[in-house]
Amino acid sequence: MKNRDLIFELSSPGRVGYSIPECDVPSKNIKDLIPEEYIREKPPELPEVSEVDAVRHFVGLSRLNYSVDNGFYPLGSCTMKYNPKVNEDIATLKGFSSVHPYQSEDTVQGCLELLYKTGEILAEITGMAKISLQPAAGAHGELTGLMIMKAYHINNGETGRKKIVIPDSAHGTNPASAALAGFEVVQIKSNEKGGIDLAALKSVMGDDIAGLMLTNPNTLGLFDENIVEIAKTVHDAGGLLYYDGANANAILGITRPGDMGFDIVHLNLHKTFSTPHGGGGPGSGPVGVVKKLIPFLPLPSIELREGKYHFNYELPLSIGKVKSFYGNFGVVAKTYAYILSMGSDGLKKASEVAVLNANYIMNKLKAYYELPYDRKCMHEFVISAQKQKEFGVSALDVAKRLLDYGIHPPTVYFPLIVKEALMIEPTETESKETLDGFIEIMTNIAKEAKVDSDSIKKAPYNTSIRRLDEVKAARELILRWVKF
Amino acid sequence: MKEKSLIVDNFKSRYIPNTEEQQEIMLESIGLKSLEGLFDDIPQDVKLKRKLDIPEPMTEYELLKHMQGMTSQNVNTEDYCCFLGAGAYDHYIPSVIKHMLSRGEFYTAYTPYQPEISQGTLQAIFEYQTMICELTGMDVANASMYDGASASAEAVLLACSSKRKKRVIISRTLNPEYKNVIKTYAGFNNIEVVEAGYKDGVTDLSGLNKIITDDTAAVVVQYPNFFGAIENLNDISDITHKKGSNLVVATDPISLGILKPPGEFGADIVIGEGQSLGNPLSFGGPYLGFFAVTKELMRKMPGRVVGQTTDLDSKRGFVLTMQTREQHIRREKATSNICSNQALNALAATIYLTLVGKKGLKQVAELCLKKSHYAYDKLIETGRFEPAFKAPFVKEFVLKINESNKTNKLIQNTSNKLIQKLNSKLLEDKIIGGYDLGKDFEEMNNCWLLAVTEKRTKSEIDILVDKAHLGSDDE
Repeated sequence: MKNRDLIFELSSPGRVGYSIPECDVPSKNIKDLIPEEYIREKPPELPEVSEVDAVRHFVGLSRLNYSVDNGFYPLGSCTMKYNPKVNEDIATLKGFSSVHPYQSEDTVQGCLELLYKTGEILAEITGMAKISLQPAAGAHGELTGLMIMKAYHINNGETGRKKIVIPDSAHGTNPASAALAGFEVVQIKSNEKGGIDLAALKSVMGDDIAGLMLTNPNTLGLFDENIVEIAKTVHDAGGLLYYDGANANAILGITRPGDMGFDIVHLNLHKTFSTPHGGGGPGSGPVGVVKKLIPFLPLPSIELREGKYHFNYELPLSIGKVKSFYGNFGVVAKTYAYILSMGSDGLKKASEVAVLNANYIMNKLKAYYELPYDRKCMHEFVISAQKQKEFGVSALDVAKRLLDYGIHPPTVYFPLIVKEALMIEPTETESKETLDGFIEIMTNIAKEAKVDSDSIKKAPYNTSIRRLDEVKAARELILRWVKF
Repeated sequence: MKEKSLIVDNFKSRYIPNTEEQQEIMLESIGLKSLEGLFDDIPQDVKLKRKLDIPEPMTEYELLKHMQGMTSQNVNTEDYCCFLGAGAYDHYIPSVIKHMLSRGEFYTAYTPYQPEISQGTLQAIFEYQTMICELTGMDVANASMYDGASASAEAVLLACSSKRKKRVIISRTLNPEYKNVIKTYAGFNNIEVVEAGYKDGVTDLSGLNKIITDDTAAVVVQYPNFFGAIENLNDISDITHKKGSNLVVATDPISLGILKPPGEFGADIVIGEGQSLGNPLSFGGPYLGFFAVTKELMRKMPGRVVGQTTDLDSKRGFVLTMQTREQHIRREKATSNICSNQALNALAATIYLTLVGKKGLKQVAELCLKKSHYAYDKLIETGRFEPAFKAPFVKEFVLKINESNKTNKLIQNTSNKLIQKLNSKLLEDKIIGGYDLGKDFEEMNNCWLLAVTEKRTKSEIDILVDKAHLGSDDE
């Protein structure tokens, strides 16, 4: 049985979905232009459908998706805030979307101005000296930031700094990025309040440590009160502090990583700055650094000289290129538009209300779900389904049951240090009415877990498809359609 | 009477629905008197005690006007005629794509972590993976990488980890952006990168034979290469595999409408820039990197992968699979750190390939082929240019300014920045000229890389031919 036909299964020989122009130049035979051994014999097995077939197919697929435009999406650490529509229009203005990246500088002054000004604004927001907009996503920003860290130590002759300290609450991308930048990972435990265990940090710091990667507020949604001492500890040992900006939506205009003592910051424009997540990208992960690290930023940098914007590729200490061209320009354009719509007061208000919304839900849910760290949270918090586990209902079951109520579930089983974790991030773009509706549903599910755990374990019931067999997918590995 | 609120200020944003009154009720319910109280955990010393020094907020209309003003500082490929390629191409984008991509269900969703409510994204990725396999002739494709350059760097890392070797050879004819990104990634992983030279526009086989060693993990070539020339993949594949190395091929998806796919030459990893497939130029991004491998390499492949399965009612469905390779499970032992990729750009590519279909892709490629050869022949005929190489090409080619022709209107002006001057002059006629190869290749001073897509008409090409000189038009 099928949920929906694949586009290939709709194919009918002879149909076309595209109008190909006539060849208006003297036509030559392909074989006269390309040696026969390089000419494709069998065409790729692409579908043959009309335009209307294609439109109905993809509209049909879209209707199988849940999105922010459909409803509440409290997916922790992903900041699924509303994506302003005018920003989409702006990114597709022909003066942005139809500009070739290799046009001469004098024909792209508008694009360069946008990149330059966005960099300046993000530097002010983070308290960094300079920003590079090159990285294409958060993890790419992490990688770039860690390369900068490594290049800095090597340039100082400190080639022995081969390890990065990462707390056990960190995103999986942190250790993966560290490995990709050629570092070893030293993991340290969190303390009873969910923050960095200072004693553990002090015990690992030494001249083999390049730095510490920290998310603050961390993945539990908690702000580390010891941040000043943490920074001092790392700096005293000659290390650098890396700020994972995944949770920056809690701090806009309230505090800045630079003021907390961080040396390198990455931001996720698709989280904090409202650019859409696109079903898994495109994102953008700018990296900011303090003054002493500017020479190591990736190529090219954009500079303003005598009223004109220029690329600078002549930076001898730079880590080099991390991406083609100049980053995900279209995403940066939406960010710039967002910031211009919000201003300083608006950004601060966004963070305040994001934090208020999270605390409001947390406070109402703690009677029904275990709250492992019962203190004020920032823009997100983690509860546990441990109480429900007594009735055989897991965090995954709670998540799946939420689908029946038309809500996107929280992030589950993360962070790893909380059992049966449900990580909830409402963002500032949700109304009290939406939050109250969610609280009611979560309360209902907690009650259902007690009285009818069996049916929760088979949820969802109201979706276009029911629970999928992931083990079978991993065993059979059917990764493409094949024509029979 | 209720006192004027000191708790919340009166800032209004159309993106923040909770009213002041609601904010007050919510604060009260958590036992707080002010929004400030929410941030007690932040030490006073590190709080920002001033406003951010950024521009004042604009209304939607002011914003649109402001941004339109900014775009007017740019030349664009709709008002100008574009012969510039070099890794990003001005192909036609069917209208359907923008309409499908602007459906909120696609662009405001995230990575399909909850498959029951993400079948749209998951099935589209499954279709995308199939199309990339079909185009490249490979077994398995992932859900996309950031772009062609980062895909090439990840391909090098994959080859090195699968071969447990730390040396790769890249052809000098590879896109300079790819070369540079490979060098950055390789440098931080102690991988040695050696460059193979070229001869007559394509990788020099005898040179490659000399530098390839038993400890070479991979040979990376581009097909068609950065100069537009078709590499001799048959021989390169033999040389590479004889030494037990992996063959990594960077390719152009449109050209694969007529070119034999790299998989048929025995490529182990095929990557490329997918921008040409329905994605706007957008000043260099967002684009998408595609990444395809043989079955042998799939478990070490980076990135997200979608697989087919069934639900509780035995209905066909799709999920993210092979996740044990990934960072959220394996942390520092993951095959890559990639998390967000370029899903919406991959969706554009999927819709593009759906619309052009089995026959259309070949037709688009053939138009590029014929038009670029027409432009090439006509420009040579003027006597102002000479062929840089004899190698066959599809949609892009290199011309060298003909310095032996003494009446050449291009060289009367003695300067080594002739291509730059030529491009500046063409701009006056609303033509965006080709890429100045002298920027990246010291041996290619006065060499011009031109791309001719299916969008260019005969009359546009004729105007280019007519105007491509530095003299006055009346001469």
